[in-house]
Amino acid sequence: MPHIRIDGQQIPFEEGQTIMDAAMAAGIYIPHLCHNPEFTPHGSCKLCEVKLNGRNCSACTFPAADGQEVESNTEELNTLRKRITQMLFVEGNHFCPSCEKTGNCQLQGVAYHLGMLDSHFPHFYAQREVDASHPDIVLDRNRCIFCDLCERASKEADNKNVFAIAGRGINKHLIVNSASGKLGDSDISVDDRACTVCPTGAILVKGEAYKIPIGERVYDKQEIDIVSLETDT
Amino acid sequence: MELFIKQLTRKYQHQATRLLMMLREVQAQYFYIPSAAIEFLTTELDIPRTQIISVVEFYAFLSTEPQGQYDIFLSDSITDHLLGKQDLTKYLCHKLKTNLGTTRSDGLVSINNTSCTGLCEQGPAMLVNGYAIGELTQTRIDEIAGLIEQKIPLNDWPPALLKVDDNIQQQGLLLSTQLEKGAAMRAAWRRGIMETLAELETAGLRGRGGAGYLTAWKWKFCYESVEEDDICNTEVHTQHQRYVVCNADEGEPGTFKDRVLLNNYAHELIEGMTVCALITGARQGFIYLRGEYLHLYPKLLAVIEERRAANLLGENIFDEYIAFDVEVRLGLGAYICGEESALIESLEGKRGIPRNRPPYPVTSGYLNKPTVVNNVETFVAAAHIALHGGEWFAQYGTKKSKGTKILSISGDCARAGIYEYEFGVTVQQILDDCGAENVLGVQVGGPSGTFICNDEFNRKIAFEDLATGGSFIIFNESRSIFDIVQNFTHFFADESCGFCTPCRVGTSLLKKQYDKIHQGHGGAGDLVELQEIAKLIRTASHCGLGQTAAQPILTTLERYPELYQQQLQKIDFEPGFDLDSSLEIARKLSGRDDEHAHLAQVEDD
Repeated sequence: MPHIRIDGQQIPFEEGQTIMDAAMAAGIYIPHLCHNPEFTPHGSCKLCEVKLNGRNCSACTFPAADGQEVESNTEELNTLRKRITQMLFVEGNHFCPSCEKTGNCQLQGVAYHLGMLDSHFPHFYAQREVDASHPDIVLDRNRCIFCDLCERASKEADNKNVFAIAGRGINKHLIVNSASGKLGDSDISVDDRACTVCPTGAILVKGEAYKIPIGERVYDKQEIDIVSLETDT
Repeated sequence: MELFIKQLTRKYQHQATRLLMMLREVQAQYFYIPSAAIEFLTTELDIPRTQIISVVEFYAFLSTEPQGQYDIFLSDSITDHLLGKQDLTKYLCHKLKTNLGTTRSDGLVSINNTSCTGLCEQGPAMLVNGYAIGELTQTRIDEIAGLIEQKIPLNDWPPALLKVDDNIQQQGLLLSTQLEKGAAMRAAWRRGIMETLAELETAGLRGRGGAGYLTAWKWKFCYESVEEDDICNTEVHTQHQRYVVCNADEGEPGTFKDRVLLNNYAHELIEGMTVCALITGARQGFIYLRGEYLHLYPKLLAVIEERRAANLLGENIFDEYIAFDVEVRLGLGAYICGEESALIESLEGKRGIPRNRPPYPVTSGYLNKPTVVNNVETFVAAAHIALHGGEWFAQYGTKKSKGTKILSISGDCARAGIYEYEFGVTVQQILDDCGAENVLGVQVGGPSGTFICNDEFNRKIAFEDLATGGSFIIFNESRSIFDIVQNFTHFFADESCGFCTPCRVGTSLLKKQYDKIHQGHGGAGDLVELQEIAKLIRTASHCGLGQTAAQPILTTLERYPELYQQQLQKIDFEPGFDLDSSLEIARKLSGRDDEHAHLAQVEDD
């Protein structure tokens, strides 16, 4: 069986696997936000950047090949990942203490994991729309990090086309496939995978927010690296 | 409207890949993309409305808000600034009694900025309803404003106004000869496909877009690539679709050589594409023409028609049952579409988002089929090589950079225009030829290239030294480095596609940080932070746009550290929030600009 090495550790992989697939199978955590093994890799958040032959590449999209020497858990890469996470924080409007998703949020979990103590960059204070038109689901674009997982989940798991990303550059935003542009007029339903796949609190199912008290949530108990490997997300 | 959309979709055979072409016509008809049009297109093309909305919002020349019947885009490249663009913008807005970035209340005219329109040597330039007008002066603006106020249709405007000059200053290997139509194809066919490929390899031709990949290898990989389920099928090369794509989306500020090639050497270009098709087995080609070159579109269609009539394109090339045809598709204002995989996405009727690689276009390109994407100049050179052979070409240039390079020269010089040089020419030689004096520096390869200062003019144009897609902008000693770099830094923030975090957020952060220093509010820490963001964008971005977006800052910081130091405040910390400038809106609202309407950030002692 062919092998790659991540930070000196030799791990096997199967033909067709990415570096991320091989790492997860071997119990090595590479921080990520836009990646979810259930769906086609996207490669946009750039948190999973690793170094291969001195060049950066996204572990979630780059194919594993025999003999690759991959650097991942290094100070340089973890600093880079922290800065990218901080970029995501300042780009949107993230208020962890008042967010329903706190403790279950991957963005927050990754930030803790990378030792992020401040936002470092100046905030953008972006104007983002909240859409509460659907009886069961709320879309708060303030918390959207453009991971595209809702779009992929809606297409690949739900066989629908509820979400898409529009706009260019820093004006990028999430749009909903309905004539009014509102979630309430779309064909999304509360049991769609797209409703639960969001790594942040941008898409939430109404009435669920405080069923599990703060302090007893996923990342309150275990760090994201352990959760990620145990739950394969 | 429903009828209009039905006719439109029929004209484009209900092919969603041609969405941009259809949206261009909707925009021209209604001066924006009405949401009703999106709904009709959704039905007619059977694609989600979200795909259409995302395309409309992505491209600069499409709009969800009504624009003027005369829709003006002012080219905002540094080369336009050097020629007085900013004052002319004020003059134009004053003449037409409207503001930049708005549509006049009567709906007659709208004025916006856009990135470089490729008329750099005859700027300042603008587009009116997509058509280029150069050499703007107050007199010409008076004329234009008059025509608009009198509502004269663009077709009836004086041709002299809409004339685009070629400005060929120096001809070399490619520009000095026009090939006999069909000669290169016939030579390639007679010599044999593999033999012609070998000639191309001997020639050492490398991609002229700037990256410099060996053309022969690209074509060979495309020819060899086999879809997985067809590995056992020996007939695969005749059965499977492959594509040849010409990247005529030269968006790098300061580049305009493809404009001239497309205008005068379109036969050579299509000849080169046809040779590529013979070699790779492609039956369909595309020219992806940047929207800014709309004025060249009818001309290209005429050339294609002429070649079809001569059996040089179409079903029966050489009566040997070789089929190859070319379609022109127009872009709609997005620099990123010059990146080959983003260009392919755009050809497919989508946003121009660069793909994850591998796979590369040679194995999975247009509609996931093997695709060759090459620059206009590369195809023209390939046509010449197919006719004259590899040795002929390889005798020119340097060891690693064979042949010639066509440069687009603009900025502070006496004779701006198109120059063809053998690779290896020094910057000094070029400056002498175009009559540039008191030169501060040259931006070689556009904003994504390198800024070189006046002690580096012995450097050479070649892949091994100064690689360039052809942009060559000269600055004299009266110019400010900070104005130049600021223009470039804003350009990248405007043109970032937004796909990956480092480029999307990073280019905007870089823009804010640079503006702060440029406005004289930067402290020592701000310069450190600037460099940190710049390096992060360079290492972590998804594609070439992000990886080079910080080049203007990094290359000037390296060359002028003392200038940057002088630009800083002599304090350790300067707040990011500028109190006085944030009162600007209040001043505008109250119509005041007196002393008491201003506040100092820190009270003077």
